[in-house]
Amino acid sequence: MPTALRRPARALPLAALCGALCGALLGGATLPAAAQSDAAALRLRTLAAACAACHGTEGRALPGSVVPGLAGQPAATLASQLRAFQRGEQPATVMHQLAKGYSDAQIDQLAAYFAARQP
Amino acid sequence: MTLQRRQVIGAAGALGLSAGLGTGLAGCASTALPARARVVVVGGGFGGATAAKYVRLLSQQRLDVVLVEPNASFVSCPTSNLVLGGHRTLAEITLPYDTLTRLHGVRHVRDRVARIDPDARQVVLASGPVIGYDKLILAPGIALDFDAIPGLRAGHDAGTVLQAWHAGGETAALRRQLEALPDGGVYALTIPEAPYRCPPGPYERASVIAGYFKAAKPRCKVVVFDANPDVTSKGALFKKVWAQDYPGQLEYRPSHKVAAVDAARGLLRFEVHEDFRADVLNVLPPMRAGTIALDTGLGNAGGRWVGVDYQSFASTRHPDIHVIGDAIQPAPAMPKSGHMANNQAKVAAAAVVARLAGWDIDPHPMLTNTCYSFVDGQRVVHVASVHAYVAADRTYQPVAGAGGLSPAPTALEGRYAWNWARTIWADTLA
Repeated sequence: MPTALRRPARALPLAALCGALCGALLGGATLPAAAQSDAAALRLRTLAAACAACHGTEGRALPGSVVPGLAGQPAATLASQLRAFQRGEQPATVMHQLAKGYSDAQIDQLAAYFAARQP
Repeated sequence: MTLQRRQVIGAAGALGLSAGLGTGLAGCASTALPARARVVVVGGGFGGATAAKYVRLLSQQRLDVVLVEPNASFVSCPTSNLVLGGHRTLAEITLPYDTLTRLHGVRHVRDRVARIDPDARQVVLASGPVIGYDKLILAPGIALDFDAIPGLRAGHDAGTVLQAWHAGGETAALRRQLEALPDGGVYALTIPEAPYRCPPGPYERASVIAGYFKAAKPRCKVVVFDANPDVTSKGALFKKVWAQDYPGQLEYRPSHKVAAVDAARGLLRFEVHEDFRADVLNVLPPMRAGTIALDTGLGNAGGRWVGVDYQSFASTRHPDIHVIGDAIQPAPAMPKSGHMANNQAKVAAAAVVARLAGWDIDPHPMLTNTCYSFVDGQRVVHVASVHAYVAADRTYQPVAGAGGLSPAPTALEGRYAWNWARTIWADTLA
């Protein structure tokens, strides 16, 4: 039989991990160390990581890439391009098909996330 | 190595972890292996290597990661059919693992796992040492069932009947067989029943090799024997290419399940159809989850694949073991692809970080897939999909209205395909 799913003694000290994640995920902004917001930051970073397979880790494209990097681009530009892909108004091979899988709220979150990354 | 150990100790110290709860590295003088790691990843393919990197990234390097993978370098299955066609070399699709260590602090242990003890939360390496873990991420890929087809193991052991479905030495060996084939020779490819690794891969292979024959020795022929009733992926696109570009060069025979192989005579035997003789036999055996997963008792999906809680990719048998990639029982319309394994790895890594931090895991994880197939040395078609976890169904469902196929093969997508390969290799390993 498997042992208990989570042993309290083994759980990573929350404050330590929380502090680390808050700092790096949210651009060093000082936030109340609420586990809720840290968990949310982790989720957004994971959602954004799906884009990395084609656009590079953290949206940083490889040198010479024919696919654009996302890191550091203005959030408004990213969001409007994703919506243009959704409507089929932006020429694409793949992105018009992938963009349709994301909600309006997700597009805004992803755009803000990548805009805040170092290119 | 010294620098890395110092960094790890530093991280453990900063967290105030005692030696007993931490990695044990602090008390570990100069031995190469830690007695304990927060997260052990088994298998360094698209899933495992990505998981190792992203546990480090998503935990802000606060979780120690040991990757157990016997090979020194990664050989990409995607694009390996280009090696068979003579368009790329094996060296071009081979990448070192050392970037995971240098750039991300992943400890790479070059060994195999002999045994997993889920109750003690330990992996036992083939060479003897034991590594404890808090969470295990298992990415064992597929095992090829050579014994399912009489005569196949003997033919494979003799080096005459190759699979080349694990990219590497066999890819180069199959290329040599194709190069040695005299003009007028026949190459036969057999496809097992789905599910198998990389649904469009066999059709891409048949197309690229037909393209090589067309250019280099036009009297040669590709004959495809598919155990499935029809092409399992990108069917209309492939069949149109075959009819337009490879008439007489490529013959496709559906519903042909190989019953036996006679390697000495170059014969394929079928359940209902007549025997077929070819000069090069490329038999893709039936597939199942990697052996270590089944040996650990995780194969609770038909005894072949690993059932997982899709929200976290935790095994439904042992919740501290997360299983990703080709070894799992797939959700609806979810292919066994490298891109999918890369995406699953990130969701699993985030679940591991969240659980060790005591947070709720993401209630709505999402996955994407983009899969490119070459139809010759330049032109490519893709299939793309977006998969959202639906709590009520406890599985991923393809997002309605999203995803789709190429309208036709293009050289533009050929450029994107090679760019995709370079980028996902870097996202996985560097």
